This record gives sequence, C-alpha cells and structure tokens, in this order.
Amino acid sequence: MSITKPSLTVLAWGAAALTTLAAVMIFALAPEDADQGFSQKIFYVHVPIALTAYACFGLGAWKAYRLLATRGERYDLESYTGVHLGTIFGVLTLVTGAIWAKASWGVWWTWSSNQLVLFLVLFLFYCAYFMLRFSVEPGARRERISAVYALFGVALIPVSFFAIRLANDFIHPTVFTREGPQMTGEMFAAFCVSWASITLLAYVMYRVELAGKRIDANLRDLREALQP
Amino acid sequence: MGEALLIRAAGLEKRFGSRSVFRPLSFDVSARGALVVTGPNGSGKTTLLRMLVGLAAPTRGTLDVALDRGRIGYVGHEPILYRELTALENLDLFGRLYRVPERRERIGMLLERFGLWEARAERVGTYSRGMTQRLALCRALLHEPDLLVLDEPHSALDDDGATLLDAELVSLAGSSALVVATHEPARLEALATQRLVLERA
Amino acid sequence: MTAYLADVAALARKDLKLELRARDTLPAMLLFVLSTLVVFHFALPADAGEDAAYGLLWVALVFTALLGLARAWVAEREAGALDGLVLAPSDRSAIWLGKSLATLAFLVAAELVALPAFVVFFAPLDASALVGVVLASIGICAVGSLVSAMAAAARGREVLLPLLFLPLAIPLVVGGVGASISPDPGTYLVFLGLYDAVFAILSWAAFEYVVTE
Repeated sequence: MSITKPSLTVLAWGAAALTTLAAVMIFALAPEDADQGFSQKIFYVHVPIALTAYACFGLGAWKAYRLLATRGERYDLESYTGVHLGTIFGVLTLVTGAIWAKASWGVWWTWSSNQLVLFLVLFLFYCAYFMLRFSVEPGARRERISAVYALFGVALIPVSFFAIRLANDFIHPTVFTREGPQMTGEMFAAFCVSWASITLLAYVMYRVELAGKRIDANLRDLREALQP
Repeated sequence: MGEALLIRAAGLEKRFGSRSVFRPLSFDVSARGALVVTGPNGSGKTTLLRMLVGLAAPTRGTLDVALDRGRIGYVGHEPILYRELTALENLDLFGRLYRVPERRERIGMLLERFGLWEARAERVGTYSRGMTQRLALCRALLHEPDLLVLDEPHSALDDDGATLLDAELVSLAGSSALVVATHEPARLEALATQRLVLERA
Repeated sequence: MTAYLADVAALARKDLKLELRARDTLPAMLLFVLSTLVVFHFALPADAGEDAAYGLLWVALVFTALLGLARAWVAEREAGALDGLVLAPSDRSAIWLGKSLATLAFLVAAELVALPAFVVFFAPLDASALVGVVLASIGICAVGSLVSAMAAAARGREVLLPLLFLPLAIPLVVGGVGASISPDPGTYLVFLGLYDAVFAILSWAAFEYVVTE
C-alpha cells in the first residue's frame, strides 16, 4: 500500500465508526416524521443505498471504458467488482424499499414508486451481466464483452427511468404517493452522515473484494507457473 | 543488411483463463520469408496463427505485424465461407470487402487456377471438403496478400488440390511472406526459410 | 464514406440472399407472430379492454424479434465466416449495420403480416401506433444485433439472448404501447426516437469490441 492511500484497516475502522455514528443519529437525534412515524427512518438507509448502487454501476462502467480504451489488465476485475457491488446494493435497495412500502402502505411492492421499478429493471439487467460473464470463456473476449455490457447498463439507467415515468402515465395512475420528507436540520445531518457511512462502507467492500479477486488470480498464476 | 522484418514476436504468450497454451515464443519473419510451424496437437499452432492475423490478442509479450489487416490472407480450420452462397457470390462478397481491383477477372482467374470454374455457380454447401478448402484458398489469395497464413492447409485437400497448393506456394515464395502450420513439413522443406517447433506449455 | 455504405449494402444483401435461399427464419417469424396473437385471444378475459390488447401486441412483436435475432449470426458461426468479416479491412461497425438492416427487413416483413392480423383480431391501429412500431423496430434491431453477437460468443446462447435483450427492450415496449393508447402519443414517439439514437450510436461504436480480442 502506498503512503498516500489510507490503509484498508484504517478505512474499515473508519467505516465502522461512521456507521455507528449514523445509527445513533438516525435513532436518537433525528425526530420522527410527522406523517409516517418511525418507519420513515428507513429512508436514511434506503436512499443512500440506492445512491451508492448508482455510484457502483457508474464505477463499473468507468472501469469498463478504461478497459476498452487502454487494454489495461487491471480494469476487468475492477469493472466486475464495481458491477458486483452495485448489484448487491441494488438488491438491498429493493429490500429496504419493500420494507418501507410495507411499513408505509401495507404492501410489499408497488409499481408506482419509480425508483423501485427502476431498480427492478436494473436488477434484471445486471443479473444477465453475470450470466453473460460466466457463459463466455475467460480471456480477452470475455473482458471486452463484459465491458460493453456494463457500458450499456449506465446508458440504460436514465433511459429506463424516463420509460418508467412515461409508463406511469397510462398504466393505472399512482395509488401511493410519498411526499419528499420535509427535512429539518437534524434530519439532514443524519442523512448526510448515513450517506457518508454507506459510501465509505461500499468503498471498503470494493477494496476488499478486489484484493480477494486479485489474490485468487495471482494464486492461479502461481499454480500454473509451478506445474511441471 | 537483411530484408525488412514483417513479423516480430518477443516473449509471446497466450493464456485461456490460467492455462498457458505454449511456452513464450520469440521469432521474426522477413517480408519474403517462409515460416513453417510444426508441433503436436494441442501445442497451440492454431492459436499462434490466429494471433498473427489478429483474431486473437496475446496475453503477454509483444507481437508486431507490419501490415494492415487488408494485406493478410488467412486459411484456418474453418473455411470462412457462407455455405448457402455460391462460390462466385462468396468471392464477390469478400472481393468487395477487401476492395479487390478488377474483382471479376481476379475471381475468374483464381477459380480456374484451382479447378473450381465449372462449379462456380453451385452452393458451397454442396462442395466436397477438398473443393471447399480450395475455395478457401481462393478467398485468401483474392486480394494478393503480402502475408499468407495457412493452418494445416493440406489436411483438407485431395491430391490434386494439394498439388495445386504446392505450386501456388512456390510461386508466392519470392513475393509474399508465408506462415504455414503443418503436420507435413517435408512438403514445404524446399521453400522454408525458418522453422518453429511448438511445445505444449 | 461511400466505401463504408457499399460494405454495409453488400453485407445486408448477403443476409437477404441467405434468407431467400434457406427460408428458415422469416417463415418461422410469420407463423410465430400469428400463433402468438391467437394464443393471446384465449389468454385475454372477455372483459379486458382494448388497451390490454395493445400491450399484448408488443409482447408478440418483441418475442418475434427475439426469434429472428437468435438466428441472426448463425450463418456466420457455421463456417467461421464471422472471422472473415472481422479480418477484412472494412470497418467492423459495418458488419453490425448490415446485420441490423437485414434483421430490420425481416422484422418489418413479419409486422406486415402481424399488424393487419392484429387489426382484424383485436383493435384498430392509428398512425401514431404505426410510427411507434417502426421506431421501436429500429431500436430492437440495433440493440438486438449487438446483443445477439454477444450471446453468440457464449455457451447456452439460446437462453442467454432473451435474458440480455429483454431489460433493454422494456423502454421500447413502454414507448410502443404508449404511442398506441396514450392521448398524447407524441411524447412516446420522441422517447422512442431518443432511445434509437442513443442505443444505435452505442451499438455502432461498441460492436468492434464485441467481435475482436
């Protein structure tokens, strides 16, 4: 590890500390929402997780672009890890969203939440990414095809979002609406800390997963080199 | 002062996953050279040739081929033809894509030279294996390539076809570079300027 | 530029010629779309509104397109012809464009049968619905040709193609259905146009990387 990059252990402890702070702020500091009550607190987790998922997909796409532009060896694993993490956070978005929907409206799912539907579409898309990746022989071809697909993913995000908004115009009009929370100062602070903690957590997970994959790859190379 | 080097390979390696196909290779081929590649099955002859024409990228090492891909002719294990098209239609398509000047004349000449003129309007799907391979050679020679890369070309040919191919190679030996992977190196002994023996990694 | 277009034309002509000889893809697509429409009649309850029928039309079109897309690169795979196209000095994106145009021709041919059948079986189609069909077909073929080439490089490609294609087709279905049933079809048509522009450019630029190492 270079001197300028903080070590992974430091970051991990930092993430743990920040998450604890966020939990304290969410439960103790931020007041309960007037309309939704206690269940609104899921918002502090749900929205940052969604934003982090977008960020991970974006990171995966950026690394994919770098792979295609420069043929650098490192970008394939970095892109894959970004997409993988994005998918994990995407699933968490769906889960926390479902919990919130159940707590707010009594249903596990609603088509009227544009963000939730978007994540469902993205979930399908990125699941196909993994199926694609594991159906192609490892090698330069697989790296490039995965990279192109990851780039298509981020193009799909805004396009799908608009499609879903348009769809809600002629599909049964929205039954459930949710006002954006009127955030007080404490609520906003709790939200920011929560967002920061989840982002840091995602970054730590990214580094850990990437390191693990690189070690696997190096191990395979070593085995290969040592074989008679 | 030697001729210009057309192909330069240094520390060339190809991996599929973690499996290396052959030990690192280093070799040069000059602009009028003829490289004969031999080795047991599975030693990576096909992989090496695919890297030379640009269908595969090396995992490690460097490979410089001082030619645009439009100047290379390739016959691999597959004939690289459309079975439902006739010989004429196949060659016409590739002739267009390779920007062959005086396409029709050149096609006619090659079909005649390789004994396919009579069958020119029949679908390639009806051809015998030897005829298909001969047509594949026509396709590879259509644009008068500066580098001809052949992967075990004799194996699919009948005796007549093999004779035609040998004659063609002899006539090309002075003007184009050749890389031929083969199980019968004796056939090419006369014109080979270099030999490369591949081993399994 | 003219050389590029000439390459595209030669490649698209080749696909049309191949289909004329083999006659396996287009008849299958025609029969499939008709069968699907008949199945939908039985699948729709008696009191389902017209709007539901339009939704099903789009399902039929998307799956018929998938049938065509699954066969798009078969001829190239058969005798290694794709290698030949990739090795040629022509631009690799011309391969994608030629294939997309040929696939579009087949899809439009299937629609020339499907749309009148739909009108007869279910509900009328106005001009905006038809424009929506045309625009969506372009998007389907543009994205589909690229994604089909990806699947062609993989194992289990018959199963993989729908998985790769359907999420990308969702916006097209929204646009198409909206153009058919919404009182303001213009928005949906513009959206379809935007989808086509974005994904056609993306596919055009990315195809090279899908077929080379």
